[in-house]
Amino acid sequence: MTAFPTACPRSKITGERMEKIEMGPNWEEILGGEFSKRSEDYNFEGIQKEIYGEYENTFMMYLPRLCEHYLNPTCAAACPSGAIYKREEDGIVLIDQEKCRGWRMCVSGCPYKKIYYNWDSGKSEKCTFCYPRIESGLPTVCSETCVGRIRYLGVMLYDQDRIDAAANTPNEQDLYQEQCDIFLDPNDPEIAAEAIRQGVPQDWVKSAQNSPIYKMAMDWKIAFPLHPEYRTLPMVWYIPPLSPIQNAAEAGAIGIDNEMPDVKSLRIPVKYLANMLTAGKEEPVVHALERMLAMRAYMRSKTVDGVIDAGIAERVGMTPELIEDMYQIMAIANYEDRFVVPTAHRELAEDARDIRSGCGFTDGNGCSTGTSKPSMFGGKSKDFRLPTPQPNPLPNPMHTGPNKVGTN
Amino acid sequence: MHDFLYGTYPYIAITVMILGSIARYERDPFTWKSSSSQLLRRKQLIMGSVLFHIGVLIIFAGHFVGLLTPTQVFDAIGISHGAKQTLAVVAGGIAGTMALVGGLMLFHRRWTDPRIRKTSSFADIAILGMLIAQLILGLMTVFVSLGHLDGHEMVKFMSWAQGVVFFDGAAASYIADVSWVFKLHLFLGLTIFLVFPFTRLVHMLSAPVRYFVRPGYQIVRSRRENNN
Repeated sequence: MTAFPTACPRSKITGERMEKIEMGPNWEEILGGEFSKRSEDYNFEGIQKEIYGEYENTFMMYLPRLCEHYLNPTCAAACPSGAIYKREEDGIVLIDQEKCRGWRMCVSGCPYKKIYYNWDSGKSEKCTFCYPRIESGLPTVCSETCVGRIRYLGVMLYDQDRIDAAANTPNEQDLYQEQCDIFLDPNDPEIAAEAIRQGVPQDWVKSAQNSPIYKMAMDWKIAFPLHPEYRTLPMVWYIPPLSPIQNAAEAGAIGIDNEMPDVKSLRIPVKYLANMLTAGKEEPVVHALERMLAMRAYMRSKTVDGVIDAGIAERVGMTPELIEDMYQIMAIANYEDRFVVPTAHRELAEDARDIRSGCGFTDGNGCSTGTSKPSMFGGKSKDFRLPTPQPNPLPNPMHTGPNKVGTN
Repeated sequence: MHDFLYGTYPYIAITVMILGSIARYERDPFTWKSSSSQLLRRKQLIMGSVLFHIGVLIIFAGHFVGLLTPTQVFDAIGISHGAKQTLAVVAGGIAGTMALVGGLMLFHRRWTDPRIRKTSSFADIAILGMLIAQLILGLMTVFVSLGHLDGHEMVKFMSWAQGVVFFDGAAASYIADVSWVFKLHLFLGLTIFLVFPFTRLVHMLSAPVRYFVRPGYQIVRSRRENNN
């Protein structure tokens, strides 16, 4: 029997054929590989994990990891060249490509593994939070294009003077609460006035007041920082996923707590989520999952049975209005509810006089037109070339006359 | 010819090195980098790189102190030329061997690994070859030096180097009669200075020495403050 026709892998670096690909980025994700390897997952800490190796009990969740643009960026601390910085005006963490010397300390310094060394340019690169879009008031591309509408963007006001103390909290499990305490309530008139006094533009304060992030993190308490125990004070937060009730056959037997399923019987163990989001402290995660289950139960009762059951909301410490708002923002998820991004005030961020006749993104080759000349200093020549026409293997009446197709 | 190579060429080489480095830093900062290939192949790099760098740093410090410290200072602190020559031969021999072994490992890795070969520029391979040739020449001088451990030859080089630094027009004449191995070693060394700004060697100018002493780190950068 002949082998199935398969495309032989080819190295993008050397252009040569490769025997077999043995390893690569995210090689073992999506339940790939045996459980003994998967069980080394740090989030299984403190869990009787053996049962999750059984086929019936296995579970999967997607975790889109991205640069967390922390308040306390480890990459900036690790960078020997001082090339990494956090922008004052919007908190975006960037690598200055002209100052980066390629020491690669940020690659090992990033606990979320979100800095990549570009072997071609010899520089480290990271998520830029699509800062040119953010400056124009547009959401990042990953947020805008997410078909699941799971990404939200908004402004958070925080007290910069408390970062140091919060990051130094002795108990890891307090870090989540400590970070919540850094955030300031933009709807508090005193805080709004003080922010404006300190130079935060009026429209930014207004955006902060409408921020879906503030609602999720602070009002509803359903969003959490990823691995707060790294003491990075992340600024990308995650809502723990609801997962199917484990073992449907026993659905009658599982705990039903006040007409709602017990979150402990969700397929993804709460402890696993807690290890990921609150340094192992389960209560906040349980609380968040209960609120989302309550939202589901409340809306089901309202739309299916036509009954407004305020009791459901009250049992999880919410009101029907809050639940409706939560439903509007999380389930309907209109574009303008998900992305409340004010335009940047470039006039405040830098002096326009200094950047006049500048070139923007150029990779250091001056005001480039897309083609660059080879440089004495090893800069690569990037000529613009039209795609090479491929020889046409089939006789084609269109190409019978003198033509250039196929002459390469 | 001798006068040109050891009287004029040093100034050409050093001028190109300084002006070229400034020009590169100013005009093309994006190319100023260490050009690591660790991502493509870790094997052989760590051992080779550590041996090479430690060896080269010791040799560099040795040459710097040995050649440019005025003879009177050695006399004042009571180090005889013979003792200094012996120290140079022993320390230079050990460090040179380390650097050569490391350099050969790096060269083998760069030459034989298809991925690294493909991503190496001509300058990357050429400068490594030059450094290895320079290390071999340097180690050959050790054997020449064993013939005159009293150190009188070494004084010639010190006079030459210090003569070059102080614009002594007769500097080249001090080393007119030394062995060809030394002459070749000096010429290649000056050539390395000459090509320095056009190779990855510039990364040594931005070695993050300050990192070890900086008090904290900058979390937030305000462009406005930087501009003012």
